[in-house]
Amino acid sequence: MSMLDIKNLQVKAEDKDILRGIDLHVNPGEVHAIMGPNGSGKSTLARALSGHPEYVVTGGTVTFEGKDLLEMDPDERAREGVFMAFQYPVEIAGVNNSYFLKAALNAKRKHHGQPELDAMEFMQLVQEKAKLLEIDRSMLTRAVNEGFSGGEKKRNEIFQMALLEPKLAILDETDSGLDIDALKLVANGVNAMRSPERAFIVVTHYQRLLNYIVPDFVHVLSGGKIVKSGGKELAHELEAKGYGWIDAA
Amino acid sequence: MSTATETIEQLANREYKYGFVTDVESETIPKGLNEDIVRLISQKKAEPEWLLEWRLKAFRLWLTMKEPTWQNVKYDPINYQDISYYSAPKKKKVLNSLDEVDPEVKRTFDKLGIPLEEQKLFAGVAVDAVFDSVSVATTFREKLAGMGIIFMSFSEAVQHHPDLVKKYLGSVVPHTDNFFAALNSAVFSDGSFVYVPKGVRCPMELSTYFRINAKDTGQFERTLIIADEGAYVSYLEGCTAPMRDENQLHAAVVELVAHDDATIKYSTIQNWYPGDKEGKGGIYNFVTKRGLAQGRRSKITWTQVETGSAITWKYPGCILQGDGSIGEFYSVATTNNWQQADTGTKMIHLGKNTRSTIVSKGISAGHGQNTYRGLVRIGKNATNARNYSQCDSLLIGDKCGAHTFPYLEIRNTSAKVEHEASTSKIGEDQIFYCRQRGLPTEDAVNMIVSGFCKEVFRELPMEFAVEAQKLLSVSLEGSVG
Repeated sequence: MSMLDIKNLQVKAEDKDILRGIDLHVNPGEVHAIMGPNGSGKSTLARALSGHPEYVVTGGTVTFEGKDLLEMDPDERAREGVFMAFQYPVEIAGVNNSYFLKAALNAKRKHHGQPELDAMEFMQLVQEKAKLLEIDRSMLTRAVNEGFSGGEKKRNEIFQMALLEPKLAILDETDSGLDIDALKLVANGVNAMRSPERAFIVVTHYQRLLNYIVPDFVHVLSGGKIVKSGGKELAHELEAKGYGWIDAA
Repeated sequence: MSTATETIEQLANREYKYGFVTDVESETIPKGLNEDIVRLISQKKAEPEWLLEWRLKAFRLWLTMKEPTWQNVKYDPINYQDISYYSAPKKKKVLNSLDEVDPEVKRTFDKLGIPLEEQKLFAGVAVDAVFDSVSVATTFREKLAGMGIIFMSFSEAVQHHPDLVKKYLGSVVPHTDNFFAALNSAVFSDGSFVYVPKGVRCPMELSTYFRINAKDTGQFERTLIIADEGAYVSYLEGCTAPMRDENQLHAAVVELVAHDDATIKYSTIQNWYPGDKEGKGGIYNFVTKRGLAQGRRSKITWTQVETGSAITWKYPGCILQGDGSIGEFYSVATTNNWQQADTGTKMIHLGKNTRSTIVSKGISAGHGQNTYRGLVRIGKNATNARNYSQCDSLLIGDKCGAHTFPYLEIRNTSAKVEHEASTSKIGEDQIFYCRQRGLPTEDAVNMIVSGFCKEVFRELPMEFAVEAQKLLSVSLEGSVG
């Protein structure tokens, strides 16, 4: 059994069928890239897996570590170890970033029967992770994403991921709107977190990100279905031939 | 329905925690309002002749006045003859110490988390407990008296410090001020009195806890706080009432006077019964509060967290008379279910170099209607006056409303007045973001709302900031489904 088993997943959003039967199996330690043209359903897959209320599952099953993922509320999925880095991270005015992170981390620890971290222990952990990701300390004392640049927001997502140490991390077009330097920083963060226990699903439109986060598998989505799967070389082929090549095939 | 939604709905159905009724033998005068009733109240309190005359003057004026209708709230006409204007737990004899408070009344305050035994209280907080129309206990009086600080019920102050009361009563809110202030002046029953002498910094938080218990009564308290030259005092009031199907009227008057270099911080945590989910019952909270920053460099800060009441109608204001005086108003008002609030402040700049700050946070949920109404007036002689106003509204759901009415009257060209306003909806996307990080929905909403209110909460005394935050989360339970 894989870590994540998606079988014939069908998802609706705004009353439109977006995903029309997805099958995907992800094992610990693997990095799967999901590519596809605009409107193919890549982001829908990411959001449906994290339980976004606007994405309604109409058929199929998703099993995460043997449990029915679709039965769980979004916050329970998160506490079980599913993390999604948002394409558009939201701002929460007046809520201190590290306060937010501490609450999130402790919610997860409590769920797993671990003692909650006190302020000292938490700050130690934060400093360790901040160093790893070259995060500016001032970002931690600001309100969650408030006034952050696009790059800062994405780095904050990766920082949260590093702190929450998910089993499965889903990156929803994390590369969109990033310049090459920010992209490298984000990719370095992800690479630093790769481990035999952790799996990644990287949703992206462009092959560019995959130069830095090298996937084990590439899946191409079109019209709400996976139309082609392969190794990392598939991404290069797509880059060279464009998505039209897939649709024509 | 998701399980999170169910949990929230269960929480929402939890009853108003303070809605119990105390079974205590009360002395309640007959319903109705006329000169005889005014005389009776005055007589019960063994008041001097001048105070009775003052009441009667107010009453006669009130008869000629019309209830205001300009506020952005709706309610059925109040029958002022159907209210009892005085109710007090019967006492067997004059109280000499806290031990003599009726055990039932004492238990009530215990239940509300306000133990009247000094050793059990928050260290550093002195309490005056008002039950219906009378003050039942005031703690730490001796300790404070040692420093010359007077902290006692208004009725006692009339007996023990008539000169001070006579000098200041009605000096900030005259009986002519408005309909409800006139009514209060005629029938006020009790409240707190504070005097902090020259140069004294009051070492503890002073607080009054107001409790309405009796049925068909109104509560009309009067609070007067005077900070003499260079004095400092921080005062906090809290309020609760039982759940009843009828609306009950609470029409208080609060007057503050700050002399040269004096500072008064006045904080309110208002949690009167808000009515049920259908909008039945609840307190009408029609209150006049004003501070006179009379002295040079004096400072008055109003901080209010208004979560209760069916209707809230109040504009704690500052008259900035002394040169260099400062007025501040920090407010969080929440309206859930069918609650209505029309609240804000008045900053009247008269002296030179006067400054005022207004930070108002309105949160509307359910069918709640929340109005900010604020006046900033810069007088002719108020050279170099400054005002900064910020009014933010947060909407939860799509059946509630937020309204902002700022009034600016500027008669001096050197004035600098800034006004900022924003309205935002608590986003599904914000809640989802928090949930995706593992926080349950309730925690997510609480976190977003406290972030929104942060600038106000940090103005509250420490002990109460936590309380206010909890109260806010309780009052908004069930608002997100």
